[in-house]
Amino acid sequence: MIELENVTKVYQMGKVEVPALQGITLNIERGEMLSIIGASGSGKSTLMNVIGCLDKPSSGRYIFDGADVSRLNDNRLAEIRNKKLGFVFQEYNLLSRVSALANVELPLVYSGGRHKRRQAMEALERVGLGERVKHKPTELSGGEQQRVAIARALVNNPSLILADEPTGNLDSVSTAEIISIFRQLNQDGITVIIVTHERDIASQTQRNIHLLDGQITSDERIV
Amino acid sequence: MKLIESFVIAISSLFTNKLRSSLTMLGIIIGVGAVIAIMAGGRGMENYVTSTLEDLGTDVLYVQPSNPDAPGMAAMAPGYATPTLTLDDAEAIARIPSVLGVAPTNENFVELTFGGETITSVIEGTTPEFQEAFTYEMASGQFITERNVASRDMVVVLGSKTTEDLFGDEDPLGQSIKLKGKRFTVTGVLASKGGAMFGFSLDEIVIVPITTYQTRLFTLRTPSGEDSVMSIGVMVSGPEAMDDVKADIETTLRKRHRIDEDEKDDFTIVSMEQMIGIFSDITGIISIFLAAIASIGLLVASIGIMNIMLVSVTERTREIGIRKAVGAKRRDILLQFLLEAAVLSLVGGGIGIAFGWALSLAMSIIATLAGFPLQATLSPFHVIVAVGVSIIIGLGSGIYPAMRAARLNPIDALHYG
Repeated sequence: MIELENVTKVYQMGKVEVPALQGITLNIERGEMLSIIGASGSGKSTLMNVIGCLDKPSSGRYIFDGADVSRLNDNRLAEIRNKKLGFVFQEYNLLSRVSALANVELPLVYSGGRHKRRQAMEALERVGLGERVKHKPTELSGGEQQRVAIARALVNNPSLILADEPTGNLDSVSTAEIISIFRQLNQDGITVIIVTHERDIASQTQRNIHLLDGQITSDERIV
Repeated sequence: MKLIESFVIAISSLFTNKLRSSLTMLGIIIGVGAVIAIMAGGRGMENYVTSTLEDLGTDVLYVQPSNPDAPGMAAMAPGYATPTLTLDDAEAIARIPSVLGVAPTNENFVELTFGGETITSVIEGTTPEFQEAFTYEMASGQFITERNVASRDMVVVLGSKTTEDLFGDEDPLGQSIKLKGKRFTVTGVLASKGGAMFGFSLDEIVIVPITTYQTRLFTLRTPSGEDSVMSIGVMVSGPEAMDDVKADIETTLRKRHRIDEDEKDDFTIVSMEQMIGIFSDITGIISIFLAAIASIGLLVASIGIMNIMLVSVTERTREIGIRKAVGAKRRDILLQFLLEAAVLSLVGGGIGIAFGWALSLAMSIIATLAGFPLQATLSPFHVIVAVGVSIIIGLGSGIYPAMRAARLNPIDALHYG
């Protein structure tokens, strides 16, 4: 489903060019659950942004679900993010002024779905948050907020969920809950990629890709 | 995404920032309000002037001396033009076909005394035709007569306000009052007309025979030594005869004044239509000028909107990032912020119209209390213009911030702040 071929990403910092990804070649099949592991500055967030169609590679080819992402325009990328991808961030990134339900409805607003409320409720129930849906994010615990974020990520039935340090701000109980939700979603057929620097988290996925200085140093499958 | 959803998003985000939204709107409200109030007030003033002039009768032409060398309206200014018209000119004009009557009139201010009371009033020296030309009704007694004019009688007809001021409840008929120290007998009282002409009530007036005025009160002579007439009101049978009568008056007077082919007239003929046109032009220009000044307020308001929208975009950078991450396109973000600006200015504009309308009503009430019964008039045209201007301001000041928002890179936006 995901094919990266010699993908590079170079950031321009003033006059200096900073290479964030240096020739990544990677294949990810549908239904996998894997971790991208690396220290900060290793390029793992950049890789996630590229895979998540938030950013385009500087060179190389990236095929997502049969489409050559490196050639798509911003509007097409937005459509892919909307329909096929779900993001979960370390800092939740919920709209603080609206209810949990409205947050989950947000992707549907841009895809023009008809039964927004019902779909959003279903997604919230899937992450075990059928109540408290009228609460605003600030009235929810960290774990609850992250579950709202996951519900938002899966409301459009994506084929891929990308999670960037999803448990970085959570205690161990919430962390376990969140990871088990991801495992459940993966069993339901959604491909899950978790970006993390925690080995505990990585060990609960089937494949670990280590990144260092913008290059893959190891790619191991855990049986 | 559907437009209606963008609207909902825009309105709900305006609601979450109530204080800021209303302060921003205040600029628009004041700007639009000022423009509307001025336009409505100006239209009211125009209507007032027009109706006042129409009260004087529209089938009337006025012949006045004019200085052929003076530019434009200055030619008719009192004191600028040499007195050239006489009662004989008036009689000659009266013989022109389609002329129903002439009212030669001299005008001045005069002090009246009755008992211990002294007041100042406008005095008209004229002929019986004046009553018809200026559509006055009698309250009691009779208007000045041909015989009064012929024999230079010391008689006077009083306006209703003048009568009230001078006599109170007493019956003025047959009483003797002093004008410039000379005794006159009151023979009639005019019915109230109600209108006012530039602050002078049409009821604050005294009327004497023109011959009496010329010989006993105010002397004004033509260069050849005859008693002069300041203005001749000419009643014409109907609007269709206006042009012919005008041409005939010109021919008659040029002949009588012995004006050569290549010389200009030493008189001017003005129709009431022309006067109305001139005054509406003046009031129109004044209101446009004032509205232009008030529009500066709108400009300031639009800068305010732009400023607030820019702040709002910066403040909501992360929100924009989130929206983009879940699939918002540039167009969606652009529309959201543009609509916010448009809603701000449209709602502000709407309130501004109401505010301006209330302001102009208040002005009419104050003006009426001050003696100018003018009625502020808000035309649909003004409303449409105001709404249009509000929309343009909203879109104009919203477009740049909205474009900034739409162009934000989702990754940078997500990690902002």
